[in-house]
Amino acid sequence: MTTPERGVMERVEQPTETPSNGEPAPALTFQAKNVSIWYGEKRAIDNVTLDVASKAVTAIIGPSGCGKSTFLRALNRMHELTPKTRMEGTVLLHGEDLYSGTVDPAIVRRRVGMIFQKSNPFPTMTIGENVIVGLRLNGVRNQKFLNERLEKSLRMAALWDEVKDDLHKPGTSLSGGQQQRLCIARALAVEPEVILMDEPCSALDPIATAKIEELIYELKARYTIVTVTHNMQQAGRISDYTAFFYLGRLIEFGPTTKIFTNPTEKQTEDYITGRFG
Amino acid sequence: MEATAPAIAPGEPLSAAAAMRRPSRFGDKAFEWLTLAMALTVVVLIILIGWQLWDGSALAVKKFGFHFLVTSTWDPVADQFGALPFIYGTLISSLIALLIAVPLGIATAAYLTELAPLWIRQPLVSLIEMLAAIPSVILGLWGIFVMIPWLRDYPLPLLKRFFGWTPFFSGPIYGPCMLAGGIIIAVMILPIITSVSREILRSVPDLQREAAYGLGATRWEATRIAVLSYAKKGLFGAVILGLGRALGETMAVTMVIGNTPQIAASLFKPGYTLASVLANEFTEATSDIYLQALFEIGLVLFGITILVNLLAQLLLRTIATTSATRAVQ
Repeated sequence: MTTPERGVMERVEQPTETPSNGEPAPALTFQAKNVSIWYGEKRAIDNVTLDVASKAVTAIIGPSGCGKSTFLRALNRMHELTPKTRMEGTVLLHGEDLYSGTVDPAIVRRRVGMIFQKSNPFPTMTIGENVIVGLRLNGVRNQKFLNERLEKSLRMAALWDEVKDDLHKPGTSLSGGQQQRLCIARALAVEPEVILMDEPCSALDPIATAKIEELIYELKARYTIVTVTHNMQQAGRISDYTAFFYLGRLIEFGPTTKIFTNPTEKQTEDYITGRFG
Repeated sequence: MEATAPAIAPGEPLSAAAAMRRPSRFGDKAFEWLTLAMALTVVVLIILIGWQLWDGSALAVKKFGFHFLVTSTWDPVADQFGALPFIYGTLISSLIALLIAVPLGIATAAYLTELAPLWIRQPLVSLIEMLAAIPSVILGLWGIFVMIPWLRDYPLPLLKRFFGWTPFFSGPIYGPCMLAGGIIIAVMILPIITSVSREILRSVPDLQREAAYGLGATRWEATRIAVLSYAKKGLFGAVILGLGRALGETMAVTMVIGNTPQIAASLFKPGYTLASVLANEFTEATSDIYLQALFEIGLVLFGITILVNLLAQLLLRTIATTSATRAVQ
């Protein structure tokens, strides 16, 4: 007898601390403190401190090469796949240090899923296999459970109705937008706590983009989402918090409405109004 | 703004532009014909070789007919020629070589592209290329003086002890044998399988790896589901390339396989390959029919190599079309 969820992930109870100043601060998923990252000699992230609120969408914006993708990848240790990276500072996930010596990056990535710039379904797998591959990696063998999770994940990714009769076809037979939603379903199937999105719509047409944005809006009820985007309108539409990065530094961070209507920093204002970047 | 390029005025017919560019168009045509001629050379060469072998063996083909392929007697004195032991020897020694070299080569390639620390990669690649540069005859000498005595003393008795109950590892151990031939071929095709596999694994998009790692895959899992699986068609090509080499491998095999035309289940018994008999007996072929029989051996080897390549391409195409039809269904 195997319990389906066994070994999928070990959830840590979220500390529900409220600061004593009376205002109910949002629960935090990530707390990044003084994070700096180097690729070889080049410093990509310079002393960034940033808190990510739970069950909300945090957008990271900034011009190309500002380190926004690098910072995103530091949240599930994906940047370590690039050779010769070095990091300083700490990143806490629900108060637990992601970079402590005893933490296995594979476990981190099971709890913090990721969507990439270009959709990347596994071409040798069918649509169905693509969705449940993460569960299979976790050793789930119960077919009934896999089928349930398959449907649930595809429904959450708003793809079920389009593919329910084609589950045996290759994942790469779908259109670009569908493939990206398939990748979202694949990430959701392992029930992560956080979903990181690295410019998830940059390769999609406006209609497919609108669908993904709608999906992000629905998903934030259950998941913490951090997304990198070079599209400011998109950040304005989908996010609750916005962080503006420039040259590896965090220039400004706050509620999206404030960043977009009343930024504190001149650089943020210049960028948002399109004067550079 | 002034246009500096010799622009064609808007509205001017396109044929005017063509007229302007005529000189370079001639160059283009010349280049096309030149490259076509080069490409045709290969085709002509293959046809010529095939025809030469066919022509050179016409008498033998007429005399022995189909029996040449299915009989086992090779007796030049009595003018009896049957190629079956050589065909068997070529196929079995190549099979042994593939069984050893394919897992080793692909695993090495996977280590080199996925796991090895950066500082180890280049030296290892250079070493593998050096292995490819060792002349066949040197490898044969090494086979005779180092590999065979070692095989006879340690691994073969072990194999006999544990698998002696199977026909493959029974009987006395002489030294030169089919297994030694297969192993030496494995050494010879290992570099090509490794380096081609490495190129193929390197061409797997990083996005595929990230997809797997993003799901919390370990390095082995990511290599399996994202890299090897993505590259399996290309890896199959690498194996076929290795097989092509294995079938034709001559010098080193001749030195260690024992050169006895017989069909024996035991891999401890000596064997003979098509390529080896050609190399060994050409100088001794005094009678016409003997020479013709050797030509026919060459024809058979040529045919087997082409057949293997065709089968491989057919197999690849079926894999490709089935996945394509699955894609459009």
